[in-house]
Amino acid sequence: MRVIAMLALPLASTLLIAAAALEAQNPGSASNARTPPAPSAQGAPTGDVENGKKIYSSYGCYQCHGYAAQGGAGPRLAPRPTPFAAFLRYVRLPTGQMPPYTSKVVSDQELADIYAFLLTIPGPPAVNTIPILAR
Amino acid sequence: MANSRTNHCDRRGFLKGAAAGAIALAAKPEFAGAAEAQAPAVALPSAQSLAAETQAVSADVQGLVEDHPGSDFMVDVLKHLGFEYIAANPGSSFRSLHESIVNYGGNKGPELLTCCHEESSAFMACGYAKVEGKPMAIMAHSTVGLQHASIGVYEAFGAQVPVFIILGNTIDAVARRPGVEWSHSAQDAAAMVRDYTKWDDLPISLPHFAESAVRAYKIAMTPPMGPVVLVADSHLQETGMTGHAPLRMPKLTLTRPPAADSGAVAELATLLVAAENPVLLGGQAARTPEGMRLLVELAETLQAPVSGGTFPSRHPLRQGGGGLIRNADLIVGLDVSDLWGTVNTYLDQHVRRSQLLTKQGAKLVSITSSDLYLKSNYQNFQRYTEVDMAIAADPEATLPSLIEAVKRLVTPERRRIFDERGKRLAAASIQALEQARTAATFGWNASPISTARLSAELWNAIKDHDWANVGGVGGGPLWNMDKHYQVIDGGGVAAEGGDLPTAVGAALAHRKHGRLAVSIQKDGDFMYAPGALWTAAHHRIPFLSVMYNNRCYHQEVMHIQRMANRHQRGITNAGIGNRLDDPNIDYAAMARAMGVHGEGPITNPNDLGPAIKRAVDVVLRGEPALVDVVTQPR
Repeated sequence: MRVIAMLALPLASTLLIAAAALEAQNPGSASNARTPPAPSAQGAPTGDVENGKKIYSSYGCYQCHGYAAQGGAGPRLAPRPTPFAAFLRYVRLPTGQMPPYTSKVVSDQELADIYAFLLTIPGPPAVNTIPILAR
Repeated sequence: MANSRTNHCDRRGFLKGAAAGAIALAAKPEFAGAAEAQAPAVALPSAQSLAAETQAVSADVQGLVEDHPGSDFMVDVLKHLGFEYIAANPGSSFRSLHESIVNYGGNKGPELLTCCHEESSAFMACGYAKVEGKPMAIMAHSTVGLQHASIGVYEAFGAQVPVFIILGNTIDAVARRPGVEWSHSAQDAAAMVRDYTKWDDLPISLPHFAESAVRAYKIAMTPPMGPVVLVADSHLQETGMTGHAPLRMPKLTLTRPPAADSGAVAELATLLVAAENPVLLGGQAARTPEGMRLLVELAETLQAPVSGGTFPSRHPLRQGGGGLIRNADLIVGLDVSDLWGTVNTYLDQHVRRSQLLTKQGAKLVSITSSDLYLKSNYQNFQRYTEVDMAIAADPEATLPSLIEAVKRLVTPERRRIFDERGKRLAAASIQALEQARTAATFGWNASPISTARLSAELWNAIKDHDWANVGGVGGGPLWNMDKHYQVIDGGGVAAEGGDLPTAVGAALAHRKHGRLAVSIQKDGDFMYAPGALWTAAHHRIPFLSVMYNNRCYHQEVMHIQRMANRHQRGITNAGIGNRLDDPNIDYAAMARAMGVHGEGPITNPNDLGPAIKRAVDVVLRGEPALVDVVTQPR
């Protein structure tokens, strides 16, 4: 009888999050999403992938962006993460709902490690290869 | 009612008369303006009960027995009001009413639902009312029971759903048994929930009970709907009917929902037809299937986008996103619970900032019955919204005249513009669905399982059935909702612990229609009152509960993370006090322990589809089932 107003729907309470994440980052087509760009193309410093994977979880990145960085309460981060300079700038001084991660709690090197981990995340399967998503 | 004679309840005379088939218990009530509110059937007593109740009573036992307790008449009142169910955790303060329901009333209309917590009773009533559009009754102790039920009552108030609460209480101190009955009595029992109920009363006679019960029902059903409280004094329940004024059933006539005045309708229609980018916020406008049809008709007449509300999810005019608000020159909120929050952004940072989303000159109109009724203490009414036109009315009751007024104003030129707008919106709708499909592929094979995959797998299992989402988490953009009853969420007070019993109550309402009820159940919510699952098993209420098990109170994890970041310390400790692991909770085992089909925990995404399919088969056989899915946080 009573139904929720979608625009008033708290993002934190819904599976619609995936769509919200999509709005936050350009959706790649299934084909080009398969190929993450080379780290050098992003201008990122060298990072430790294993440490990045570990602190991506322990520092709470997964809470909003998902263990596979697929997006959730926050936007999708991988594959094809935003360029490192923009990534670093946003983490330090977010303009949206994301809480700030200052250098007191996460160092530039640790962010480089996290970024290196994001670069290793493969693209998803093409939508048309998933029968229940295919039209 | 036909006349006063037939409405006087001299029980012995009535029973004898009933045996002869000469009279009806109560005249058929009139339910003006509410097609769904049918006159309740009042069952005639069997020959056996007639014999038992009309034979002579030995004088020496008259001080020990009461053949015609007041609670029997209370059951007649409940039957008169057409209650299908009454939910309760048993309590001595309403023991006489309990006994009258199951014996005198035949445990039918209302049927007693056994609940393991009064909170479950109240939330079940919410879920039932959201589907049926009419109240379920609940019973509780006036003190310890209502204290338990309180959060569910607040939810009913916030979600604006009718719930009929009966409290057992003993107001006469010398009539109380020593000990516990004093703890279970209150001077003013309803005071505890008066801030978030619409009306309450403490009847001191049976005629008073009948009159107040009918009044309470009428108030509960008047938009904005809400919970009402009636105290059933235990002495009144257990004492005989003799000595009361003649008993009769007051006629119930539901209040017609208020519609907007003709001037307001004409003014709004002019604005809608002239607007280049109007937006309709669906809110809680559609109370009934007819409301949904009317909302679609208005949108199609204008080729205007609808955001939120009970509007078909794949209709080309179903739109979303902040861009709609930013580009609109006219926004019409139809019973939107938080209109301010819809047209403003708000950042939860240390320095809090908000920004109006609408462009310069955009007009904002609200149609809501909430403008007719507001209480002050609890702040669930949200921020004050500066609108250009405030129409205090029920949107659904207003839609017919608004549609007609709009149609009268549409010129061929405006029709052409509307059609072009409709084509643009249809293209955007197709694109949004494609984006949702693509978005679901990210993390598709991840473990824990992505919420998008959970949604897609569940949709795949139910899409060919007459399904209904009975609460918890919404299905998301991949689900094709095109029927009014397929969603029930809305409003409410974000009360944890309510999803499971709400789902059970809603599934109960769907049962007689043969619908496949499903819910996506949050783990933290489940643990408040898991006994509601047993209630579903006990009463053979079929529904599928798919656990959205992220093993934490994740909303709170994010809040603590936010605080830790803001305070620049300890960002690795946000899970302390929020996690639901070590040990992990085995929800499937909990389900099985309560007689419910349970599977899981599912951690491999490839196992999810088959598990859901097996569970759906169980539900289609008429039983509840649960699939525990270990998921990503969000």
